[in-house]
Amino acid sequence: MNRGLDLVLRRTAVALITIFCAISLNFLLFRVVPGDAVSNLARVPNSTVAQQQALRHEFGLDRSIGVQYVAYLRELVHGNLGRSFANGQPVSKNLGEALGNTLPMVLLGTVVAILAGIATGVLGAVRRGTRTDRALTVSSLTVYALPAQWVGLLLLFLLGGVFPSGGRVDEFLIEPSPWQHTVDVLWHMTLPSLVVGLTLFGQYALLTRTAMLETLAEDYVLTARAKGLSTLRIVRHHALRNAMLPISTLIALSLGSVVGGVVLIETVFSWPGIGRAIYSAVTSRDYPMLQGAFLVLTVVVVVCNYVSDLIYLRLDPRITV
Amino acid sequence: MSQFRFLRQPAIAVAAGVLALTLLVALFAPLLATSEAGRRVGPVFGSPSSAHPLGLDDAGQDVLSLLLRGARTVLIVGAAASLVAVLIGCAVGVLAGYAGGWVDSVLMRVTDYFLVVPALPFMIVVAAIWGPSLSHIILVIGLLSWTQMARLTRAQTMSLRERGYILRARGLGSSHLRIVTRHLLPHLTPLVVANAALTVATAIFAEAALAFLGLGDPTSISWGRMIEHAFSRSALSAGAWWAFVPPGLCIAAVVVACSVIGQGVAEIANPQLRHDHLPPRRVRLRATAAGGGEDDSGGSDSGRRLRRRTAATVMEES
Repeated sequence: MNRGLDLVLRRTAVALITIFCAISLNFLLFRVVPGDAVSNLARVPNSTVAQQQALRHEFGLDRSIGVQYVAYLRELVHGNLGRSFANGQPVSKNLGEALGNTLPMVLLGTVVAILAGIATGVLGAVRRGTRTDRALTVSSLTVYALPAQWVGLLLLFLLGGVFPSGGRVDEFLIEPSPWQHTVDVLWHMTLPSLVVGLTLFGQYALLTRTAMLETLAEDYVLTARAKGLSTLRIVRHHALRNAMLPISTLIALSLGSVVGGVVLIETVFSWPGIGRAIYSAVTSRDYPMLQGAFLVLTVVVVVCNYVSDLIYLRLDPRITV
Repeated sequence: MSQFRFLRQPAIAVAAGVLALTLLVALFAPLLATSEAGRRVGPVFGSPSSAHPLGLDDAGQDVLSLLLRGARTVLIVGAAASLVAVLIGCAVGVLAGYAGGWVDSVLMRVTDYFLVVPALPFMIVVAAIWGPSLSHIILVIGLLSWTQMARLTRAQTMSLRERGYILRARGLGSSHLRIVTRHLLPHLTPLVVANAALTVATAIFAEAALAFLGLGDPTSISWGRMIEHAFSRSALSAGAWWAFVPPGLCIAAVVVACSVIGQGVAEIANPQLRHDHLPPRRVRLRATAAGGGEDDSGGSDSGRRLRRRTAATVMEES
C-alpha cells in the first residue's frame, strides 16, 4: 500500500512537471524564433519607429525575457490567456466553448473505435494466419493509412446529402426544445465522430492484434489449454485480460494523435471545436489563440495520460506489490 | 543475398514494389507527366477523359501530372524528415542506454515529454511561427518524430551493453566511441531500419496534414496540397471527386507499404509474434507424405508449410 501511494505521488509530480514544461515551452516557442518574432506582433503597416516602440511598450515586449516570463506565469495562474486578435474575446472564454464542443464528438468516436478495434484485433489474433486474419489486418491497415482529412472529404462527398455537411447545429432551427437541440447536435455529430472512429479503429485493431499475439504465446495460456478450458474462456479470461495492460497504455499514448486528427476533422466539417480554433488561428495569424489552444490541448493530453497511469496502477497489482 | 530473404513474404514483396514504383515515379516525374507544371489544359474541374484520365483540378491542370510530380515532394519530405528523426532518436537512445545514470534519466524525461505532447498541434504551432517552406516542414516533422526510435534503441543498447563481446572489447581498451560505432550500432541496424520505415509513414502523414492546413511548401506540389486545394476550392460542391480521391489513395498506398515493411522486419526480429498456445480449431491427423488434394481450406501452400515440420503427423488448423 505504501509503495502504491509512493508511486501515485511520483506520477503526480511527473505530471505536474510535464505541465510546467509545457507552459514554459509554450512561452519560449512564441519568442525564440528565427528573426524577430516580437516585431511580427507589433508589425503594423506604415507604422513609424516611434509607434512600434509604443506598441512594444504597451505589450511589455521591451522588457527582459525573464520579466516577461514571470508576467506570463502570473497571468496564467489567474486564468488569463490573453485576448484573441480575431474577435477580441478572452482566449480562455473562446477555448472553453470550443473544448465543450470537441469533447462529446471525440469521446463518441473514440469509444466506438476502442470497442470495434479490440473486437477486431482479438478476432484476428485468435484466427492468426487465416484468411479472416489477413482480411482484417489488411482492412485495419488501410483504414489506418488513410489521411483523416481525406476520409472526411470522401464521407462528405458520399453522404453529404444525407447528413449535414458542416457546423454543430442547424442555424435555422427556431427556439428548439432541449430534446430537438440534442437530436440536432447528434445528427451533426455523426459524420465527424465517424471519421474520428474510423481513423482510430485501424490503429487500435492492429495494436490489439499484436498484444494478443504476444499474450497467446505465454506459458499460462498453454497451462489454461492443458486444463482443458474452451478457446473462448482462454481468450476472454486469460489472454485478453493480460493483453489489456499494453493495450490500455497504447490507447493512452495514442491520445496525442487523436488530438492531431481532431484539428483536421473539425476543419473539414466546420465543427466549432478546439481543432478548428487552431486552424482558424493559423490562417488568421491569431497568436494568442494558437498559444492558448496548444496549451489547453497539451494539458488535456497530459492529464489523460496521468489518469490512465493511475488506472494502470489499479489494473496491474504487480506494480504496487 | 540472404539478408533480402524477407522479400519472399508476399505482403512485404508487394510493399517493396509499391515503394520502388513510387521512387521511380518521383525520379522520372518530369518525363512521365504529360503536361508541364502550372499549365492550364482545360476547364476548371473538367471530368476524366481519355486525354486526362484523372480529370482536371481547380485551376484546369491535369490531375495525373500533378500526382506524378507530387510523389517527389512526398518522398523527399518522408525520407529527409525520417532521417532527422532517426539521427536524433539513435543519438538520444544510444547515449542514454550506453551512459546510464543521470544522463539516462535526463534524456528519458525529455523523451517522455515529447512522447506526451500532441505532435501534430506542436508541428502546426512551430510551422505557423517559422513560416511555410520545404526545409521547415522537414525539420519540424523530424524534430518531433524521434521519441519511439529513442526508446527502442535505448532498450536494445542497455541489453547489449552487458554482453560478453562488448565487455571484452572494453577490457581490451577500446574507446567508448569505437565500442558504440563498431560493436553496438551494427546490432541496432535491423531495429533502426524497421522503425525508420514506420517513421517515413508518419512523416508522410504529417506532411499531408500540415499541407491541408495551409502550412505546406507553397512552391512545390504534393499530395497533401492537392487534397487541400480540392477542399478549399470547393471540389466537393463541384462534384469533382477526381481532384481529391487519387492523392489520398496514393498517400495510403505509400503509408501501408512503409508500415508493412516496418512490421515485417519487426516480426522477423521478434519471434514471439509467430506462435501461440491456443488449441487448433479443427484437428486432423494426416500422414506427412500424403498430398493435399481434397484439402478445402488451407490450400496446398499451407500443406507444404506444415509438412516442412519434422513431426510424423501434423495438426492442421483450418
